Amino acid sequence: MKRFAALIDRLVYTRSRNSKLALIVDYLKHTPDPDRGWALAALTDALDFPAVKAGTVRALLGARVDEELFRLSRHFVGDTAETAALLWPEKPLPFREGVGVGHVDGAQLQQAPPRPSPEGEGGLSISQAVDALSTATRSDAPAILASLLDRLDADGRYALLKLALGGMRVGVSARLAKQAFAQAFAVPVDDVEELWHAIPPPYAPLFAWGEGRAPRPDLADVAFFRPFMLAHPLEGESLDLSDFAAEWKWDGIRVQLVHGGGETRLYSRGGEEIGGAFPELLAAFDQDAVIDGELLIRGKAQGGAAGGAASFNALQQRLGRKTVTKRMLADYPAFVRVYDLLAVDGKDLRGLPWTERRRQLEAFVPRLAASHFDLSPVIEAAHFDELAELRAGARDAAIEGMMLKRRDAPYVAGRRAGFWYKWKRDPLVADCVMLYAQRGNGRRASFYSDYTFGCWTDAGELLPVGKAYSGFTDEELKWLDKFVRDHTIDRFGPVREVEKTLVLEVAFDSIHASKRHKSGLAMRFPRISRIRRDKPAEEADRIATLRAMVT
Amino acid sequence: MARTKPWLESHPHGLYVRPADLWIDPARPVERAAVTHGHADHARSGHHAVFATPETLAIMALRYGVDAVAGHNQAVAYGDGFERGGVRFSFHPAGHVLGSAQIAMEYRGERIVVTGDYKRRPDPTCAPFEIVPCDIFITEATFGLPVFRHPPTRDEIAKLLAAVRAEPDRCVLVGAYALGKAQRVIAELRAAGWQAPIYIHGALERMCALYADHGVDLGELRLVGESDKAEMAGQIVLAPPSALNDRWSRRLPDPVTAMASGWMRVRQRARQRMVELPLVISDHADWDELTATIVEVDPQESWITHGSEEGLLRWCEMTQRRARALHLVGRDLEEEA
Repeated sequence: MKRFAALIDRLVYTRSRNSKLALIVDYLKHTPDPDRGWALAALTDALDFPAVKAGTVRALLGARVDEELFRLSRHFVGDTAETAALLWPEKPLPFREGVGVGHVDGAQLQQAPPRPSPEGEGGLSISQAVDALSTATRSDAPAILASLLDRLDADGRYALLKLALGGMRVGVSARLAKQAFAQAFAVPVDDVEELWHAIPPPYAPLFAWGEGRAPRPDLADVAFFRPFMLAHPLEGESLDLSDFAAEWKWDGIRVQLVHGGGETRLYSRGGEEIGGAFPELLAAFDQDAVIDGELLIRGKAQGGAAGGAASFNALQQRLGRKTVTKRMLADYPAFVRVYDLLAVDGKDLRGLPWTERRRQLEAFVPRLAASHFDLSPVIEAAHFDELAELRAGARDAAIEGMMLKRRDAPYVAGRRAGFWYKWKRDPLVADCVMLYAQRGNGRRASFYSDYTFGCWTDAGELLPVGKAYSGFTDEELKWLDKFVRDHTIDRFGPVREVEKTLVLEVAFDSIHASKRHKSGLAMRFPRISRIRRDKPAEEADRIATLRAMVT
Repeated sequence: MARTKPWLESHPHGLYVRPADLWIDPARPVERAAVTHGHADHARSGHHAVFATPETLAIMALRYGVDAVAGHNQAVAYGDGFERGGVRFSFHPAGHVLGSAQIAMEYRGERIVVTGDYKRRPDPTCAPFEIVPCDIFITEATFGLPVFRHPPTRDEIAKLLAAVRAEPDRCVLVGAYALGKAQRVIAELRAAGWQAPIYIHGALERMCALYADHGVDLGELRLVGESDKAEMAGQIVLAPPSALNDRWSRRLPDPVTAMASGWMRVRQRARQRMVELPLVISDHADWDELTATIVEVDPQESWITHGSEEGLLRWCEMTQRRARALHLVGRDLEEEA
């Protein structure tokens, strides 16, 4: 538990993705089974101990710490697990480590006896903790958890409580964890992606394979995730339509639905399971197959009645939920617009060219319930210029753009040059005024690189309409940083309010009504496209102009 | 004004000793002030006459210029004192920073001790806290919640040294308050065997020199402004907290940002400050020190000044000790803790 606690601690404070990766790689290489597998599961929130809840922890603390002191502490710390970890009673730390002497006395400091580790020799391991917690019942869970906490120091208690309660929040996605595994054992990340979901924690066969001690695990009859094929943006080049087929690009989320081995699973782009939020799709997908498609909500915002899909905003109401109410199911009916077939009736189709997969897909989709699945249509166009004309109309039709797929390409993981292209419609732009700025992370920690900007109300007031932290060059960033520092009029913690004089041309993909912001608007994919030093702030756009762009 | 004692009044901007016509740590300029230590929230400029330890007077002279510490002032060494208006004042080590003192006052058979800021654990840069028995104990409470338990300093220094050794191409930039914390971190590093030059921000230079003049050996210090970027790789750099993540730090070789403060005990606090390496090193008493000190001093009554008064008050209530909160203003709890 000590090494795991140290890992958690380092991850909490490490912001760079590469550094996080290096920390996990190091941990996986130097930690034995099954501890490293449990740790990996804890990091990716794949563990669940039904008998242990936040209430269990509060009750334990209630029996050991004064209620008022707990309340004051919880209020200050802001997190129950951390408060409990810090407050858990232990012997007072020896604050008189030696005698203060008014001058440096190194010898004396060094002679003081080392502090005994509460874990001692042969301390508590993660697997011991996991075993204890998973066999706990609601009635003996408090006693079991208490005995574990008694064996740990404050950092260890924090790690244990986060492991037990979930919600690690150390900025490690499933994707990052898989990359760490691939890097640690020099195996292809695509293979890790596939195997990951097929093998339960603590992933012993996965580690055995990674270390070359066992063959690649056999995945027959398992609903495992296949890494997605991704697209490059199309930038200026024109393609021969005898080589490429075109489809509309819908603004939802990319999903994979897998049915196999008696299980159905819904995976998002990163390979995270999101079926819990969409039970109706799991229930409706009853064929032995693997499909790739866009998860959408029924509506008319995208492509009108023929398009049949609501805006991304509507989909957001359904995302990230653990459970769904009947009301949500009725108000925001979800469906999948299917565009590829990766496997059917036990056969893997990924090696076949797109044309053949498409033929089989068209034959397959009628086997699915039309209420929850439809086929992504192929756009008919004689030549590329005609396609370009259709794309020009995409903005009016409120469609995000087009996808171009090479007809003879197999389905391969990741972004492969020349196979798939996304061809988004041209962005919308608006002239906005910078209002607030905040410093960035990592390399940008000393730069004011995150900007909140606003537009004018009819009453002549500036209201925020969005926030952006990309789109500018390094040179422009230096200039913007200096502007913020030289024109700060107020500070709110890390946020600086600036003089309302700088116009930023903001590009964004679309704009939606939103209750979250005072302006009632939310931009999708906003970025700074130009700094308009030439333009007076009074001439920036009005909220009303932006409202007219809402889809 | 809170009714406290006929002879000692608590005002929002300081404690007033009526028979002596003297203020303790007043937040605004007064005729006569006794100052516990040199931190700016206790030692303000502009008083006509200051009573403080020689070290504190030297620090005030450095910070506010020579004029601020003129002939009206009186240096009071540890263990010494003076009498004024029938009140007997004496100064005793508080263990907080160089020159920090508790001020004891005796009037008509009653003794009151004002701790100012204090800590109990050893600090190679200042004299250790002394227990002064009294009737009324006026204590700080910066870390007056049981979540604050500072780990042994040497463990935190070991963490810092491990980070330096793990990243030979980077430097570790430690945010440390310019008076006290910075010098203590340097002295603790020396005690742990770190002999290399330590690089400092210009804002720390004069205070480090003052400490050296008072016999605190800080080893070789170099100014960041006069050093090569490459030379600082694998080294330790100290700067005031406000310089972390600011433009100044761009001249350093890919710094690992560390911060030495008692607030670092709480993860969200450290994250808010974009700290990668939190070091729980404080010049204030933690919860165990605060409560143990009240037990040792065992006063008839404790008055709790700045910080988490509620937490310590609650503890006094639970242990059947008389206590009350004094609400003083102008105490800066963030930066130097």
